[in-house]
Amino acid sequence: MLTLEMSEVFPIHSDSDIVAVRQVVRKRAVELGFRLVDQTKIVTGASELARNTLNYGGGGSCKLEILSNGARQAIRLTFEDHGPGIADIDQAMKDGFTTGGGLGLGLSGTKRLVNEFEIYSKPGEGTKVVITKWK
Amino acid sequence: MDRIPILKMGRILLVTIQVDMHDRMATMLQDDLTQRIVATRARGVLIDISSLEVVDSFIGRMIGNIAAMSSVLDAQTVVVGMRPAVAITLVELGLELPGVRTALNVESGMTIISSSLQSEESDADVGNE
Repeated sequence: MLTLEMSEVFPIHSDSDIVAVRQVVRKRAVELGFRLVDQTKIVTGASELARNTLNYGGGGSCKLEILSNGARQAIRLTFEDHGPGIADIDQAMKDGFTTGGGLGLGLSGTKRLVNEFEIYSKPGEGTKVVITKWK
Repeated sequence: MDRIPILKMGRILLVTIQVDMHDRMATMLQDDLTQRIVATRARGVLIDISSLEVVDSFIGRMIGNIAAMSSVLDAQTVVVGMRPAVAITLVELGLELPGVRTALNVESGMTIISSSLQSEESDADVGNE
C-alpha cells in the first residue's frame, strides 16, 4: 500500500521560483538518500516542468510529496497551472515539438528521467503533470 | 542584479558559473559574453560548469547558443568540468550540444584553445611565405 509521508506546495510565478523548486527537490532527494545520478535526474525534470508551468501555463504550483510503499520511498511532484492547456498531448510529448521557441525536450525528456509520468490537460482549463521517482 | 563575471586571460574569456542561475541570468550571460568577445577580440571562450549540479534544457540551449555565436564571431567555445551525473542526465534528456567542444578541466580546455590558435598562426605564416 502506498502511504503519503509528507506533502508541501511551492508557488511558481517567477524565474527565482524555478530555482527554489530545484533546490527544495534536491534537498528532499538528498534527505531520502537518492544516489547522485537520480538526484540530478529528478531535479532536472523538476526544472523543466517548473519552467513549463511558468512559461506556458502562466504560473502555477509544484506539490512535492514523499511516498512509501513499505519497502521503498519515492518523490512525487505535481505541477499544475490554469493556463491555456495543451490541445494535442501526443504532439506535445514528441521530442523537438515546441510552441515557445525552446528545444521541445521539456516533456519528452523529463519522461525519460523519471519512473512514472502522467499528464492531464484541457484546452482553456490548464495542465497538470505528475512525475514520480522511486529510490 | 547578479551577473556572472567574465575574466579575460590573454585572448581567452573565462567564465566560471558558480551559482544556480535563474533563466534571466543565463540569458544575460549569453548577451554579456557576445559583447565581450567583440570588445576584447577574444578568440576563445572557456565555460567552467564544474560547480553546476544541474544543466537542464534551458542552460543547455544557452551553452549551445554561446558556442554558435562565438563561432560566428571567430572565437571557439570549450565547456569544461561537466559532472558525470550531469552528463548522464543530459544524454537521457535528449540534449545534444552540436558544435560544443568539451574538456575535463580548465587546464585541458586552455590547451585545446591555445593549440588551435597556434596552428592557425603557423598556417598563416606558411601562407605568407
